[in-house]
Amino acid sequence: MDELITKRVKEVLDGNQEAFEEIVIHFQHRLYQVCYRMLNNAAEAEDIAQEAFVRAYVNLETYDQKRKFSTWLYRIATNLCIDRIRKKKPDYHLDAEVPGTQGLDMYSQIAADQRLPEEEVEKMQMQERIQYEVNRLPDKYRTIIILRYMEDLQLQEIADILEMPLGTVKTRVHRGREALRQQMGSM
Amino acid sequence: MEKCPKHVVHYMHALLDGEITKEEEKILTEHISTCEECRTMMEELEQTVNLFGNVETVQAPTGFVSGVTARLPQQNVKTGPKRWLRQHPIMAAAALFLILMSASFFSSFENEQQFSFTKQPNVVVEGETVVVPAGEIVKGDLVVKNGDLRIEGEVDGDVTVIRGSKYMASTAVITGSSEEINEVFDWLWYKIKSVAKDVIPSSKGDKEQTE
Repeated sequence: MDELITKRVKEVLDGNQEAFEEIVIHFQHRLYQVCYRMLNNAAEAEDIAQEAFVRAYVNLETYDQKRKFSTWLYRIATNLCIDRIRKKKPDYHLDAEVPGTQGLDMYSQIAADQRLPEEEVEKMQMQERIQYEVNRLPDKYRTIIILRYMEDLQLQEIADILEMPLGTVKTRVHRGREALRQQMGSM
Repeated sequence: MEKCPKHVVHYMHALLDGEITKEEEKILTEHISTCEECRTMMEELEQTVNLFGNVETVQAPTGFVSGVTARLPQQNVKTGPKRWLRQHPIMAAAALFLILMSASFFSSFENEQQFSFTKQPNVVVEGETVVVPAGEIVKGDLVVKNGDLRIEGEVDGDVTVIRGSKYMASTAVITGSSEEINEVFDWLWYKIKSVAKDVIPSSKGDKEQTE
């Protein structure tokens, strides 16, 4: 399969745009899934995953053909997702006062962050619950847990995608796993 | 959990990553069999991993591929000649050199329309014809440009006629080589040869006179 992709990449570089369609068909579900899990929104996931393919096409000449194409593609997609998540997050200053309150600063709001009431969580379907719990993970663990367990990638490949040392990936998988275990404690 | 050694938790994760050694696994198994708390933790971790690893896969919506195609730039400017140039800088430089050089060769072929010939003491000029009279011996090479050459006597050297004709009388003698150049490629070849001759220091310089 990898060989076929390498061949298609070469065809695209030689100016055959149609060969790129086959690359998109081959990777569409995997790339969309990463984006969907990271962004937790179907429309945004489609937008970002498509954008990732467009960027891959435009920058194809920078792709190092000695390396795995999927790794490069995942890198583009995860970077776009992380950027999108950062943009979505409003820039709160913890010391700023919460509007409409007196003397209440943002520190008092942290505990309530993203958390739904217990009854709501218990009513969720399991699939929904999993998505919800993954999204509650801190950013640096979330990407790694998604790549490790939902995309079923090896630790080394995750390290290549995120351009991080293998040791860092391992530590984050451990911490992410532990955080999920604690979150699921009420299961 | 305070009583449990820290490395036990580390071994749990190593087990889940499939990177545990036999020795470590033995320590872990032994500990778990005696420690209720760690056994629960291990079970919970395994459950979590199974749960998240077996989550339903999500499929891209229909129309995803055509959506990508529609968003692609119409022409990828970075493929084709530009990419070729970037990958073969030396070839590109050589090609550019050849284009420029050949342009100057062709233009000099077109522009040098004036009648000229090598100045030799005993030749006679009749209009645009250079005559080597009968009985005369021209010592050295003779080049005639944009004119004709009639040889009745003797040339002790090479004879070249560019864009012209050469007439030889029955008495004519040329000791060197003789050529007529009328086409662009002959001209090009001649130019290259003469450049080579100029470069090689042993060649004799020809003096030309323009009328």
